[in-house]
Amino acid sequence: MTTVWPDLEPLLPSVQKPARYIGCEDGAAAKPPDPSLVSWLMTYPDTYEIGLPNQGLQILYEIANELDDARADRAYAPWTDLEAEMRAKGLPLFSVEHHTPADEFDILAFNLSAELTYTNLLNCVDLARVPVRVADRRPTDPLVIAGGHCTYNPEPLADFLDAVVLGDGEEVIAEITRVVREWKASGGEHGRDRDRTEVHLALAALEGVYVPALYDAEYDGPRLIATRPNRPGVPEVVEKRTVADLGDWPYPKNQLVPLTEVVHDRLSVEVFRGCTRGCRFCQAGMITRPVRERPADQVRSMVAKGLARSGYDEVSLTSLSTADFSGIDGVVKGITDDAAQTGCGPVTVALPSLRVDAFGVKLATQLNQARRAGLTFAPEAGTWRMRQIINKLIREEDLYEAVDAAYEAGWQRVKLYFLTGLPSETDLDTLGIAELAKNCVDLGKSKGKRSSVTVSVGGFVPKPFTPFQWFGQNTSDELQRKINLLRDDTRKSKGVQLKWHDPKATLAEGINSRGDRRIGRVIERVWRAGGTFQEWTEHFDLDRWTDAMAAEGLDIDWYVHRHRAEDEVLPWDHLSAGLHKDFLWQDWMDALDEVGLPDCRWTPCYDCGACTGYGIEHRVASATPPAGGSQGTAQDLGTGGAVPVQLLGTRPSTTEASA
Amino acid sequence: MNAVSQQGTRLRFRYAEVGKVRFISHRDLARLMERAFRQIGLPLAYSEGYRPRPRLSFGLALPTAASSDAEYVDVSVATTVDVDPLIDDLPHRLSAALPDGISVTAVAVLEPGAVSLQQVIASCTWRIELLDVAVDDAADRVQRIVAAPTLPLERERKGKLTTSDVRPAILDLELVGPTRNGVELEAHLATKPTSLRPAELVRLVGEGIGIGQVHRTHQWMIIDDIRSEPLAEASTCPPDASTRPTYELAS
Repeated sequence: MTTVWPDLEPLLPSVQKPARYIGCEDGAAAKPPDPSLVSWLMTYPDTYEIGLPNQGLQILYEIANELDDARADRAYAPWTDLEAEMRAKGLPLFSVEHHTPADEFDILAFNLSAELTYTNLLNCVDLARVPVRVADRRPTDPLVIAGGHCTYNPEPLADFLDAVVLGDGEEVIAEITRVVREWKASGGEHGRDRDRTEVHLALAALEGVYVPALYDAEYDGPRLIATRPNRPGVPEVVEKRTVADLGDWPYPKNQLVPLTEVVHDRLSVEVFRGCTRGCRFCQAGMITRPVRERPADQVRSMVAKGLARSGYDEVSLTSLSTADFSGIDGVVKGITDDAAQTGCGPVTVALPSLRVDAFGVKLATQLNQARRAGLTFAPEAGTWRMRQIINKLIREEDLYEAVDAAYEAGWQRVKLYFLTGLPSETDLDTLGIAELAKNCVDLGKSKGKRSSVTVSVGGFVPKPFTPFQWFGQNTSDELQRKINLLRDDTRKSKGVQLKWHDPKATLAEGINSRGDRRIGRVIERVWRAGGTFQEWTEHFDLDRWTDAMAAEGLDIDWYVHRHRAEDEVLPWDHLSAGLHKDFLWQDWMDALDEVGLPDCRWTPCYDCGACTGYGIEHRVASATPPAGGSQGTAQDLGTGGAVPVQLLGTRPSTTEASA
Repeated sequence: MNAVSQQGTRLRFRYAEVGKVRFISHRDLARLMERAFRQIGLPLAYSEGYRPRPRLSFGLALPTAASSDAEYVDVSVATTVDVDPLIDDLPHRLSAALPDGISVTAVAVLEPGAVSLQQVIASCTWRIELLDVAVDDAADRVQRIVAAPTLPLERERKGKLTTSDVRPAILDLELVGPTRNGVELEAHLATKPTSLRPAELVRLVGEGIGIGQVHRTHQWMIIDDIRSEPLAEASTCPPDASTRPTYELAS
């Protein structure tokens, strides 16, 4: 085993933030290189600051290092200054623990959380001295695999990935390790006689593992006809993996404590996985079902141990909607009580997403004894009509009540997140965003506060396995026009600050989000043209993407802006998140009818497929929604209530879609 | 929850920073020092204000990528803490909570009213490695610098380009000898009234000369014309041969 450290060290004094490359974190695994073990390089295809806090990678890193037959190091994309030096000196991508060259690992495992990191994945593989295309890899090259939310449509990366893991990785990592261990043993000395197809077939036999090379995509002109196995014994449909009980997996036990500042520089404890609120734009909510809560006492002990071990004074209770955790009040009180006993200063408890109601604010008030910085809410759309379409059933009153409670409790800054470019959005809906923001400012003024409201607007990108997967994304011109409408409308409103995501980046994201295998050549072109770090404004250039699409003879409108029909074969139809396609289509039709859907955690099952298909269930400690109402906003959807939402009964999975 | 605590006993720690951890920036080091005190459960006094922070004050910031045998941090512990029974164990416990390469070598209780490190440090001694230069050439260059009556240097200070005579800041400069990759200098550089950084000194030695290892061996305070260290490496420090840096006593 070799190390690049002696060659790397002299480069570090002249690069930005060199502490990103030294490892040495508390929580870093000390398992030394050992050729008898299956070695994983857990890689995040963006900078250390973005990648280190990634909980998925940390969980798998720790589990791999606990396995008897595996070990794991970590790697991150070097920033452009170091990359240039590394390429000039012929240094490969390296692990931060032992500074081992990446190509000495058996598996390069990438977390894919954002489409705009795809070119960085290619760059990392290339920096690892591994051929970027699966077809060009030699028997001794590492296996390149990926997991994470973006892998629910891995087709744009099909040519570059040996295998893809769908869903939770906690269990499958041991199974992949076993397959690779046996394959390593089969190759004779130095593994030169290994056959990659053999390991591909063995991996494809694992539940939740998709091996793109074992499937062929057939086209009729631009249209995809089918993606089918090209060998017998390979499953026609790959199902995701789901961990039934989060309580069995109290990871990370030793969260990494970085030596340099990272984006989420605090302890994180995942309190539940999955979400059934049913927001129709939200891929995370759809693909991670069902809801699996961590037992409250385990949350409390993970927080107490984690804080004591790490020395952090802030903990984030993570999930897609933490205020919905059963008995969240009690958990929070337990955490603050435990922290007070140590006497080492105040501990801040952070919630990544705050529910838009007074309950959410009450909770935040309880959490932030020390700080009153800003509160963030995500109404997502400007009008009730639009929020019914996206199934985020927050009434205007809920928002005002929440903002009012926030001002009462001492906050002066409120941040509101919105999407624009949603299905059937009119200019009235768009301008509704400004209206809400202005009303929130006025609410503050009426209380004599110098209130300010930051409105953050993102362009909507339709994602696979959501009801909106059939929707044609707004063009970047249209998104820009809508942003301009908002900008003009809020220009004279003191107290409203408008921020927006670049619609051009939204377009590039759209190319990848629902792209098929042909987009792989586009990604490769963008990468070869120097288009790395596409999530970074200073490195993003839409022209690279449009040029690459043109060079490949691919039509952006067709890929991004076109509405899909019900019978269209989608590039991810041979993969499954458990959701019935006809459930999603029905939900899409209901969206267009402005019909909401309750949260099935607390109301009867409507058979989306996520539980029934896998024989698992929600695991929640309390069957009562907090603060009433299945949408958690004090609305009683069960009895109709004051809110005009039609309750949908249990729907058999075979029901034909009706408009 | 009491966000602001009264200032109790003030402690001065001395620590060494060698190896990979020398690439940690000063700002990041302050954050991990803060975490280390919470890890060992030593309650610190907090600043007042909107976002209370523990009171930590360091000596002169160590440039990123430089190592050191002589770093200092002063902390105020909470009034609730009786440090006497704890103090002997503190260097050892704090070292254990800090990353490999940072080792605490001494601790002492400060007298009430003791002047802050920032105010009291007047000079530092550095070992500086020059790359891609022959020993004879380096010796000549060092000789020229020492002999020069004035040394004007253009440099950025507070965002502005200014030229000042930095010769008074060079209190001592000697060539130590060859290293594997170049030549090592020992430089005693003032930090006030005029200061000179190791990288600036290397520019004076010659444009284009590379900088290898930079290592701070001492930070000096001068009180009544007597030069001394803010805290000598203590003999009470529990021996821990694996993490202790080599250290020469100041003459």
